[in-house]
This record gives sequence, C-alpha cells and structure tokens, in this order.
Amino acid sequence: MKAWVFGDNVDTDVIAPGRYMKFGIEEIAKHCLESASPAFAREVKPGDIVVGGRNFGAGSSREQAPEALRHLGVAVLIAESFAGLFYRNAINLGLPAVVCAQATRIRPGDELDVDLELGRVRNRTTGETLECEPLPPFLMTIVRDGGLLPHLEKKLARTT
Amino acid sequence: MAQTLAQKLVARAAGKPSVTPGEIVTCKVDLAMVHDSSGPRRLKPRLERLGAKVWDPSKLVVITDHYLPAYDDESRKIIQIARDWVKEAGVDAFYDAQGICHVVLPERGHLRPGMFAVGGDSHSPTGGAFAAYMFGIGATEMLGVVVTGEIWLKVPQTIAMHFDGALRPGVSAKDVMLFLIGRFGMDGGQYQAVEYRGPAIRALSMQERMTLCNMTAELGGQTGLVASDEVTLAYLGKGDVWDSDPDAPLLAHHRFDAADLAPQVAAPHSPANTRPVTEFREKLDLAYIGACTGAKLEDLRMAAKVLKGRKARTRLLVAPASLRDQQAAEREGTLGILLDAGAELLANSCGMCAGYGPNLLAANTVTISSTARNFKGRMGDPAAQVYLASPYTVAASAVAGRIADPRDLLA
Repeated sequence: MKAWVFGDNVDTDVIAPGRYMKFGIEEIAKHCLESASPAFAREVKPGDIVVGGRNFGAGSSREQAPEALRHLGVAVLIAESFAGLFYRNAINLGLPAVVCAQATRIRPGDELDVDLELGRVRNRTTGETLECEPLPPFLMTIVRDGGLLPHLEKKLARTT
Repeated sequence: MAQTLAQKLVARAAGKPSVTPGEIVTCKVDLAMVHDSSGPRRLKPRLERLGAKVWDPSKLVVITDHYLPAYDDESRKIIQIARDWVKEAGVDAFYDAQGICHVVLPERGHLRPGMFAVGGDSHSPTGGAFAAYMFGIGATEMLGVVVTGEIWLKVPQTIAMHFDGALRPGVSAKDVMLFLIGRFGMDGGQYQAVEYRGPAIRALSMQERMTLCNMTAELGGQTGLVASDEVTLAYLGKGDVWDSDPDAPLLAHHRFDAADLAPQVAAPHSPANTRPVTEFREKLDLAYIGACTGAKLEDLRMAAKVLKGRKARTRLLVAPASLRDQQAAEREGTLGILLDAGAELLANSCGMCAGYGPNLLAANTVTISSTARNFKGRMGDPAAQVYLASPYTVAASAVAGRIADPRDLLA
C-alpha cells in the first residue's frame, strides 16, 4: 500500500491524455499521469495508493481517468478534495476516493492502511493517523459491489 | 422556505415540494445527452452485459462530435458504433456531424426551462443557460441513467455571481469566466450550483449565457445557471420563467461591476492562470477559434468585428461550433470576413480543443485559443503552450502576431 503523491488540480488530461482516448484502457493506462510522473504507469504496484492535493481529477467527464488508475491496480485514491465529476466516476467504477483534509501530510513512498468506513488513514511509515471523511453508506454499497455496473446487475437480478 | 433556482429544479425532478442543500435525493431525468466518445461505444457493451434496454429512447439525444471527421480506423469505428446503435436502440434524436453537442442540443430545441438533464460530457452545464439543471457524468453513471431513468444528487448550495452594470465593448462572457476562474480557482465552484445574475448577465444573448454556464466546469461547479427571462423565451419561442427566490439562502454572494472587467487571458497550463490581456505580449505561432465555448455564431461575430478588413499575421484556424451556426455566419457575411482575413476553416466538431483529432499542437508551439482548457498536453504535445482568451482577443492576437488587446482594434 505504497503512496504515490501528486499536487493540486491534477487534471483528467494528465491522468488519461486525450490523444490516447480512441484506444482501449490497456493503452490509455500506459500513459496514465505520464506528464506528471513518467515512471508512474510502469512502476505502480497493485494495491498502491494515489494521493492528490486539492481538486484531484479536474476537467473531463472521461471515466477512463479513474478506469486507468484502477486498471493499473491502484486500490484507493486519497485527496484533500476531488473534482465532483471525477469523484462520481471513481465510485461508479468501484475505486474508492477518500476526502482527507490532511492528505498533504502523506509523503511519496509512505505505507498506508485505509479504513473506508471509518474514514481513517494510518500511516505505517510515520505512525500517524489521519482523520478523513468516511464514505457515505450508499456509496460504500456501490464500492463494495465493485462499482455501479455490478451493483446494477445485482439489483436487476433481484427484480426479475 | 425560500428556494434557489437550483433547489427548485432539483425538487421538481425529485418529486418533492422543496429540497434542502446537502440532502441526497433521487431525480428523474428529463433528458440525457451523449456523444460518440462517451456514448454508444461505452453504453452498448454494458447494456448487453446487463441485458437491459434504454429506459425511454425519446429522452435520449445522441450527437457525434468528438471523432469527426473520422481520420483512422479507430475513429471510423467509434463513429460507426454510434450510427448503428441509435437504430438498434430506437433513438430518433441523432445528430450526426451537425456540430458540438452542447451547441446542437439547444439549437434543435431539446432544452427548456425547468428541465433536469444530464450529459456524458463535462461541459454539460452549458444547458444551465436555459434555466435547466444540467450536469456532466461519466459513461458508467450514464449507463445507470439510461437503464433506470434516474440519478442520485446531493442537493447543491448556490454560489451567486452578480454582475452590475454592463460589459465594455470587446469584453465578453469568456472574459467573465476566465476572470472568475482566476479569482476563485478551478475548485471555486465547490461542485455546487453557480448562478450568474445581475443586469450585465441579463443583457447577454443566449449563446453568451451558454459560454458562462459551459465554463462553470472549469470553475468547478456541478452546474451553472442563468434564470430564464424574456431573452430565453424569445430564443425558445416558449417556456416559463424559473428564478431563485430573492431571499433564498446562498453559500456565497459575489458582486462585481461588469464595467471594471478588461479582456482576460489564461496562461499555460491552467484556466485559473488568468491576468488582464494588457499584461501579455507573447509572440504566437497559431490562433484557434473553436469549441462549444468559443466558436458559436456569437463568437464568430466577435472575431469578425476585429478581423474586418484586416489580415491575420499568424496561422488562424476556425472550427465553427455547429453546422447551422456556420451556415448562418456564411449567410450574414461573418464567415466571409474570417476567410478574407486568412482563416482556414475546420470541421464543426470538438477538434483540437479535446486533442482527439489528427490536428495536434507540436512541442513548443505557442497558441492562443478560444477553447475552455489549456491543461498540459490537452491539445497536443505537453510542451505546447496554450493561452486561453475570448474570440475578440484571439482575433486581435492573430492580427498582431502576438497576444494583443482587442479594444485597440475595436476603437
């Protein structure tokens, strides 16, 4: 659960550049965040955590932005704040996004444990515990189901 | 209890007499709009996986605008999926190569005051110019809407941006937005509703109001709104007046004198990196007039006012935002003025703005553009330098070969 740390206003063109949008997620993911951190897409490990400052995910409605992060195995996003549209997309894809006012206290490479329901991030590297906003229960249900698509699948299966 | 325009629109869609900011409600969607990039290519496989159908094909509008003109196998395939899928899904409102979705949608009469609408594109707040609650969502969330006809919403608070007085000649809605984004930042809207008010706003045409609401995306609001009035009803030929109650509680109320506003320019790589045009003198390689936010008929007219009888010193590209706007510009002579000034005409699509087409900016190219975003790498190479400005300023800069104040040429 290693942290990759980025700054304020990381936009969707940095996360999923428009010029690769015609391709599938495999190709888009190779270029994920490349203009901010050329090594990221190559070196990020499944279970790693992406940490942003203010307004993470500003810009486009393209859900390939959170999808690329999920495809690379990113387990959780933590930021001081998220762009609203990006936040909805992340949750809908089953990628939890945690709003944490103290996100800037996290350093690159810190090992983190995240409790989504309590809204708590434990920094194993520094021993610090950061208080965050817990995910609202109805969004937690979508995340637990793996995103809106499997959530709808379950719901439709129940009604038929 | 007094309600804001946003609350009234959400309450109606939620089937409630009133709603409270912060409350989570489920809204019935009156209209959903998708384009070729976020629409059929992503909806079709997911609908098939669910074994579900479009909840109400008469409420879905499909518009191709991102991968046009198609230029390779991938883009041809994306466009073809859209063309085939609308037949399969029974969608009648399909506009193929007619222009950019946010401009085509109201142009073809799909928006009315009081509606609750979603769009599969971040610039969907454009619809708020018609006193409709409209916002952008991603493709999976659109799937949810298309299957259920509903969407959840946290009832927003409202930030009022009030402009007294009148904008000076050579100053436009784009300058208002660049100024506000510079002043409040790209998260200034806090994903709440931003309502534009005051005599300077009332004096704006519908397309200028669309520019305000459109760039609420860059201001970080969920939607941008302008109350409907005689301008709205004259444009639509029908509709009701929807407005905030005067004493409705607001998150913030910011008041400005429109006459104080100079043309604004946003330097690379953020729309919030804004200063008055007088502080810039950068030499340019390219001037671009395009996009839903910067190449509607009104925008083309602004550029023509500056370019009349003049020649562009830099390469000048013009991509009118819709086919109808281009035809109207041609009939009235606006387009002729642009072409006489040396403009090269591009297709009625998102084009370079989104960086989706074959025309991408090369490294270190310095461009002034009437589009909405100058994020690093959006319009091409990450080392390209993009300045954002109004069509007036883009046109004046094209003439000067460097960033220039349009007021000097309009005098």
